[in-house]
Amino acid sequence: MIALRFALGIGLLFIVSLIIFGATELLPGDLAQQILGQGATPETLAALREQLGLNDPAPVRYWNWLSGALTGDFGVSLSNGRPISELIGARLGNTVFLALYAAALAVPISLVLGILAALWRNSIFDRAANAGALTAISFPEFFVAYILVLWLAQTGLFPSMVRINPATTFGDRIYMTFLPALTLTLVVTAHMMRMTRAAIINLMASPYIEMARLKGLSPLRIVLRHALPNALAPIINVIALNLAYLITGVVVVEVVFVYPGLGQLMVDAVSNRDIAVVQAVALIFAGAYVALNLIADVLSTITNPRLMHRR
Amino acid sequence: MGFATSVLLGLAGLFALAWVLRAGARSILTGQSRSIALDMPLTAAFGLLVIAIYAAVAIAAPALAPFPEREIVGTQFEAWSSEHVLGTDRIGRDILSRLIYGARNTVGIAFATTALAFVVGSILGLWAALTGGWLDQVLSRFVDALMSIPALIFSLLLLTIFGTSVLTLILVIAAVDATRVFRLARAVAQGIVVMDYIEAAKLRGEGAWFLIRREILPNAMAPLVAEFGLRFCFVFLTISSLSFLGLGIKPPTADWGSMVRDNATLITFGDVTPLLPAGCIALLTVAVNFVVDWQLHRASGLKES
Repeated sequence: MIALRFALGIGLLFIVSLIIFGATELLPGDLAQQILGQGATPETLAALREQLGLNDPAPVRYWNWLSGALTGDFGVSLSNGRPISELIGARLGNTVFLALYAAALAVPISLVLGILAALWRNSIFDRAANAGALTAISFPEFFVAYILVLWLAQTGLFPSMVRINPATTFGDRIYMTFLPALTLTLVVTAHMMRMTRAAIINLMASPYIEMARLKGLSPLRIVLRHALPNALAPIINVIALNLAYLITGVVVVEVVFVYPGLGQLMVDAVSNRDIAVVQAVALIFAGAYVALNLIADVLSTITNPRLMHRR
Repeated sequence: MGFATSVLLGLAGLFALAWVLRAGARSILTGQSRSIALDMPLTAAFGLLVIAIYAAVAIAAPALAPFPEREIVGTQFEAWSSEHVLGTDRIGRDILSRLIYGARNTVGIAFATTALAFVVGSILGLWAALTGGWLDQVLSRFVDALMSIPALIFSLLLLTIFGTSVLTLILVIAAVDATRVFRLARAVAQGIVVMDYIEAAKLRGEGAWFLIRREILPNAMAPLVAEFGLRFCFVFLTISSLSFLGLGIKPPTADWGSMVRDNATLITFGDVTPLLPAGCIALLTVAVNFVVDWQLHRASGLKES
């Protein structure tokens, strides 16, 4: 069961890489034409094609690109000629750090809020949490980010720009990255909270919960011991989906806070039309997205015996 | 903070106005439209009012704006004054006028994109569900593959390839979004194509286009309309984010996302002006979400969620 799911995941990754590579084939003209512009002489075009290996047929180029990417060699940037792996190196770590930081804040908060909202269903707290969640979902990330800057950075509590170098200590990092992480947290918490609430409320209507209630158990115990274990599968799914959402969320937030991460690199590369860098970063983001979905599937299978031993 | 309180007061005023209008609608209307007004929660009335205001501003933009959209009418970064109510931007254009024209550009482009995504996505989805077989398989697997890449990342990739003009922006976002619409339309239509009346229409010898237009679409309308609202919010936020990143709608065209980007430096001086366009975006998405929430609630027939 799980092995099959893994095989499917690997297959999907392969297809994703095909799409990302194939998209460049849609370029009007070719890559060399794109870089040099309309005024290029045929000789320089031919020389650049030779240098970029554009004369090989597409399957060969795809193979070279993919096998390079798997060993960490993404080729060179088209705009400044530096190796892409060098550009990505430290930034990948920064982005992962930011996403994990946001997740560490968002997951516990949204689980607690969701469980409380389910427990006190239709109370003032529940209504306020729901309205707040709906509002937070509707806000653009940069709006949330700038409101936080206005409130928390203006008073000098937290820095509005993130300046990280390898010498920064872990504590300083946590402090300096607080605002970007908080922005991402606010953006994803709403959705996770609503889904947690819905999953638990769904279960609260089932007969075995009625039984537990008739036995005279306390509401908190019913939710934590009887409802929550069965609600785990949908909750895990939502958490993974939102972590995957963080991947795209970081792009905007990194730009707002001038955070040296992959998102910023990608945005710069798009405005320079540096297709080699965009492809590399897109592959990393899409790979992480597919992997997170895969992990979610596997985890929810493991937590549910009915799925684990399906005939 | 004086500004925050005035924003809150403004919102409260809108809610009060929505309440009055709803009460008015309840007493004037009769029949089915009255029962809709009776059933409407205050949030949905608020949403409808806000959407109506945005539409009015977008249509009447040239009459409402005190200055032209693209003209430089002052020095850079002027403060709020009686002449320039919300001050001027980085190169001296009037911010209030650009906010008003932004309703036209940003919302208009987002609406056109959503509409395009809907036409393409739902026709393909309904067609795939109706025809079935290999066509359905090929389209569905293709869409599945495209959907396994995050939407923003895929849009950025396509924008790199095709360049960042407004037309490519619309086409790229519509293409990425059409995959999501396709999924929903196909799922909805699959429940409809097995009905007897479709069978009867097929036996009458009707063509695929007639079946989609006259038999399937009317029955798939309710979920598609709710989805249109949700998709609009999503497209609107995506386009604003791209404009904010400098990859979407570009100056001198007045656009809320790029206005935030342009004037963001003011925030570090404690000036709230750059937040106004972002607030316009947020208010509209909240309003649409409120209306969609109500519609979904009505469609599901639930009294309690």
